[in-house]
Amino acid sequence: MTPTDETRGATAPAPAVRARGVGKTFAATGGEVLALTGVDLEVAAGEFVSLIGPSGCGKSTLLRLVADLDQASAGELEVFGKTPQKARVDQDYGIAFQQAGLLPWRTVAGNISLPLELHRMGRAERDERVAQLAGLVGLSEFVDRYPDQLSGGMQQRVAIARALAENPRLLLMDEPFGALDEMTREYLQSELARIASETGAAVVFVTHSIPEAVYLSDRVVVMSPRPGRITDVIETGFGEERPEGLRESEAYFAKVTAVREALHGSPVERANER
Amino acid sequence: MRSRSRRTSTVVWGVIGVLAVAGLWELYKFLGPAEGVVVGATEGQTGSGVMILPRTHDRAMPHLWDMFARLFQSTSGGDSPILLVSVVQAALLTLGFAAVGWLIGVAVGAVLGLLMQRWRLVEWGVLPWVVVSQTVPLIAFAPVVNAIGNQIDRSGTPWPQWFSVALIASYLAFFPVAVGALRGLGAPDRIHLDLMRSYAAGYWPTLLRLRLPAAVPYLLPALRLAAANAVVGAVVAEVSIGMRGGIGRMLIQLAGQGSSDPAAPWGPTFGSIALGLVAAGSVAILGLVLSNYRRGEATA
Repeated sequence: MTPTDETRGATAPAPAVRARGVGKTFAATGGEVLALTGVDLEVAAGEFVSLIGPSGCGKSTLLRLVADLDQASAGELEVFGKTPQKARVDQDYGIAFQQAGLLPWRTVAGNISLPLELHRMGRAERDERVAQLAGLVGLSEFVDRYPDQLSGGMQQRVAIARALAENPRLLLMDEPFGALDEMTREYLQSELARIASETGAAVVFVTHSIPEAVYLSDRVVVMSPRPGRITDVIETGFGEERPEGLRESEAYFAKVTAVREALHGSPVERANER
Repeated sequence: MRSRSRRTSTVVWGVIGVLAVAGLWELYKFLGPAEGVVVGATEGQTGSGVMILPRTHDRAMPHLWDMFARLFQSTSGGDSPILLVSVVQAALLTLGFAAVGWLIGVAVGAVLGLLMQRWRLVEWGVLPWVVVSQTVPLIAFAPVVNAIGNQIDRSGTPWPQWFSVALIASYLAFFPVAVGALRGLGAPDRIHLDLMRSYAAGYWPTLLRLRLPAAVPYLLPALRLAAANAVVGAVVAEVSIGMRGGIGRMLIQLAGQGSSDPAAPWGPTFGSIALGLVAAGSVAILGLVLSNYRRGEATA
């Protein structure tokens, strides 16, 4: 853990996620499928970590293990020093998926307040929190709309607000921008970077996109399939801020290249170097 | 705008459908042979052979206008009220039986659906019996219920005859609800179930906030079917246990006098059709109230 990570608003000494030799096998017809093996990973409180890799590399599986939506078959996994199950019951994390997964019969406000209702927050306090969250994701004017009246990007912002509803110290995101167009995607990336630094929450972010991973992350974890495992970890070292100019900078391109090479397992020839 | 024009065209097509049936009736009555067409009849032996086209004379197929005119004549001569009034009274009585039957059926069906959804073992054990239950002919089953009811009544606990009718109606009504509830409660997407799990929401909160709302699009057609079934069940039950006052009994009575008063049985026939429409339509109103829970239907 670097000193800068500790200054990023973490009070708990335990890391957000600590994995030691984590593996996962799924029962399938004709034997077992090894989805994940030997995963060692530590995500510090307040740190933004992306998991990137081709399909079948187990990045979503790893996220589901952290979220206690599936159980690891090998190794040790801790979330804030507890078992994933305890962390889930204690509501230590918020989660968002590739599909927004909004309940179609609830308004934007109703969807954001779902976790708050389930955990019996009082009406007045709840309304206040929902208004605050809607403002955070820029949807204050749309709280009374239904999901089918929103664009995909707006739906995804509702899902992010819902994930943030209970001020989780850890945000788990499974390709949340995967189904969006490039413009909306870049906009939401900037928003997420801002929200993550404002709330001081650690983020584990699964993605297919190299630029997305590099832009958002403190560290990019590169994974490889058959069997799913971690092959490389690349620090971006961009610091706290994510100014728009970052996407055009040399440092950014250098890290994109580094991640691409790590993904392909060999140096990649760039067009301008031929 | 679009939904209004769609509703208008629905109404127009409905009217066209009714007119088409009426037109076919009168057309066949006009064109068809008065004594029908019978093949393979033995000479001098009435009722032999196979009738392939029905008779069209006025005793078999009264004119539509005769049917309607009959509605405004006295039910059974003397100072009895006009047929329409008798039909409406009888229909309302049957509607009451059917409504009680519907409520019982919905309650039983919902509980069965919940149990089957909750435990796969219950589904395996119960669902085949639920399906088999619907193959038992109501005509055979109704007198048994009535007999049991009479036994209970005689042993001290009051068991009015109409309750047997309602119970038999519920026997037809529970089936679509049980199947619809099972399907609907299992309808939520994986992502929504994962989400509820991530909130550490147990069975009841998940049922209340996710499964039940998600089941509404499946439950509404089931409830409507149950309403129509309850009406059929109530009518058949009245006939088969011989209960007086309802539209089923009236239908049988007037049909018995059909050869002398052929237009009369059509009164209660129209009455029971209207009854089914009213019952199913009441559930449609329920659908309007719950329209927010049907938002997924268009996109999903």
